[in-house]
Amino acid sequence: MNESINFSLIYSEIFLLTAICCIMLVDLFQRDRERKLTFTLTQLTLVTLIILGFNQLNMPLAIGFYQHWILDTLATTLKIAIYIMTFIALLYARPFISHRNLMRGEYYLLTLFSVLGMMIMVSSNSFLLVYLGLELLSLSLYALVALQRDSKLASESAVKYFVMGGLASGFILYGVSLIYGATGSIIISEVSQFYSQNPSNLISQFGMVFIVIGLAFKFGAVPFHMWLPDVYHGSPSSITAYISSVPKIAVFGIAVRILMVAFGQSIGDWSGLILIVALLSIIVGNVVAVVQSNLKRMLGYSAIAHIGYFLLGLVPATDASFSAAMFYIIVYALMTLAGFGIVIFMSVAEKDYQNVSDLRGLGRYHPWYGLMFTVVMISMAGIPPFIGFWPKLEIFRQLVLNGYVFEAVIAIAFSVVGLFYYLKVVKEMFFSEVEESPEITESRSLKVALSFNCILLVLIGLMPDSIYDYCLTAFNIIS
Amino acid sequence: MSFQVLVFYSFAAVLIFSALMVVTSKHSVKAALFLVLSFAAASGIWMLLEAEFLAISLIVVYVGAVMVLLLFVVMMLDVDYAALRQGFVSKLPVAAIVACGFFILLYSFINQGVFSDDRYQAPPPKPADYSNVKELGRVLYTEYLIAFETAAVILLVAIIAAIALTFRGRRSRKSQNIQKQLSANKQNRLKVLDIKPVIRQKSDESRPEEEHSKDSNLDSAESEATKSEKAESKSTGSDSSKGKPA
Repeated sequence: MNESINFSLIYSEIFLLTAICCIMLVDLFQRDRERKLTFTLTQLTLVTLIILGFNQLNMPLAIGFYQHWILDTLATTLKIAIYIMTFIALLYARPFISHRNLMRGEYYLLTLFSVLGMMIMVSSNSFLLVYLGLELLSLSLYALVALQRDSKLASESAVKYFVMGGLASGFILYGVSLIYGATGSIIISEVSQFYSQNPSNLISQFGMVFIVIGLAFKFGAVPFHMWLPDVYHGSPSSITAYISSVPKIAVFGIAVRILMVAFGQSIGDWSGLILIVALLSIIVGNVVAVVQSNLKRMLGYSAIAHIGYFLLGLVPATDASFSAAMFYIIVYALMTLAGFGIVIFMSVAEKDYQNVSDLRGLGRYHPWYGLMFTVVMISMAGIPPFIGFWPKLEIFRQLVLNGYVFEAVIAIAFSVVGLFYYLKVVKEMFFSEVEESPEITESRSLKVALSFNCILLVLIGLMPDSIYDYCLTAFNIIS
Repeated sequence: MSFQVLVFYSFAAVLIFSALMVVTSKHSVKAALFLVLSFAAASGIWMLLEAEFLAISLIVVYVGAVMVLLLFVVMMLDVDYAALRQGFVSKLPVAAIVACGFFILLYSFINQGVFSDDRYQAPPPKPADYSNVKELGRVLYTEYLIAFETAAVILLVAIIAAIALTFRGRRSRKSQNIQKQLSANKQNRLKVLDIKPVIRQKSDESRPEEEHSKDSNLDSAESEATKSEKAESKSTGSDSSKGKPA
């Protein structure tokens, strides 16, 4: 069973790869500047994948391809989240890129390739496949960031992203090589078996530290965060919306596979590391975000803080805390998408409005959108009944239940600091004096998509179980 | 000391020497050629490990292809390697401390016994007709099938990304961007300038005509000109404005 080459385990991946190749060929023969057909086919592919994903959801756990591949509820749930977020991100991107020389078929192709990379990441059961999926994802993302060739800022951030991403991959690979040396296997379940028979030794702990550092780089957690604000600021807004949200879900997938499954027997070794990284991220992210005047940088630092809260969920290392962390990362992705949606929304034709002060007067002249953005900001700050509140509550509950009371208090205290800069945006929108209306996008599809996303934040906030149930089942089955 | 051990140590000595020379030699072409030497020595060591196919592919791929590309880069890009090496001496102490610490750490790991001889015994030598390539192919297409396919997809992404980042289309294309034309509005096309009227006084009339434009009309005339230029370039679409010959 474990050794079989069973292609039914990877039919979503096969479908996606085939679809990518078809879209690539169709795109070649298109004369349409708007790339309507490419866009439609891409979104159709994603919708089909969502349907396929829901079909796979109740399948029993299956391992195949000589144990390299695993298909369980966790993988399928994460994949569905990835498809849905990518779908929304591409909806946002369309009006933005059509004005900026970015409307090319490669934009959609590279996005789909990164989706394929994330699918491989979340259902890999060996370190080799984790690395290959990560590279597939990262390579597509580097190219996406660099796609705006004429912009100096975008090129600079692409180089930063590339160098830092390469460094992180190097760390992970080095750690994997040490683990392989110590345990003699690159299959994650075999590594965990090795630890259940032999206690962890110094060399595998050394390798594990490297892997944790590599993951922290990919998450952008303090002290490995220095690339993150620059990259988020420099890359085109629609791509920032994508790279700040969806890949984090996939990195969560490999973090679970590596930390919870492979190193499940030596939790004490890594949970201390993660705790320090998480608290530093919360403190630095929230404090530095206060002084940012650029909306994209502010959201970047707030992303660092969010990652900190999410990492706190990994620290107790129980199934319940992992599902709380999964809940947090999915909600985070949804909120970040909406947050950068605001930046895209404020970008008309050739101009980019990125400063917080550019939002001035939005609430007076466009009250509906002002209300929507308020929902996003308050949700990010974590005020009930909006969606951002529930995963935070769940994570703090898990921390307190497992005896991390002091850490939970620090996190809550800095969450109050976070409230300041989120509310600053709301204040600019509603309470600042301004004579003329700020310019907003004219694209109707973007308006509809953004309203939909924000209403979703409210609706899920009213019934958080709709997502949280999936997270709970994902972890009850894999353990 | 058997013959094999002698061969190993001689190849290892060449490898270490050439690797050091890659880092320390001042001339970039020389450094590249030393890199070739180190690859050759490494492939000799692989040959001793009975990994014939890998040894040959190291020569073919790295020495044959990658190094030629590297030499092309050295030749075509005027990289100032001396400037790159600036700060080598000043940062040497820190680097040396880190390197030494790391070496001691790794050495202590190796001495711990995790990699000892009784845990990893030397495999028995294979018979002469043993096919390296066949075994490699068998493993690649069964056990590592999915990893192999993923690597292939990564190569495809590399091709697409390289083309997307460098290919700029035909340069002389003049086409209309209809959506851009339709979405044009008054706000981003027209700029209403507040030009103060020029009041000519009697003493002014005696002045020559050129001075007038210099005095008061210069600013407005210039901005008029740039405005009309902008409007022209906008109406023809983005590609034609981009497509100016370099």
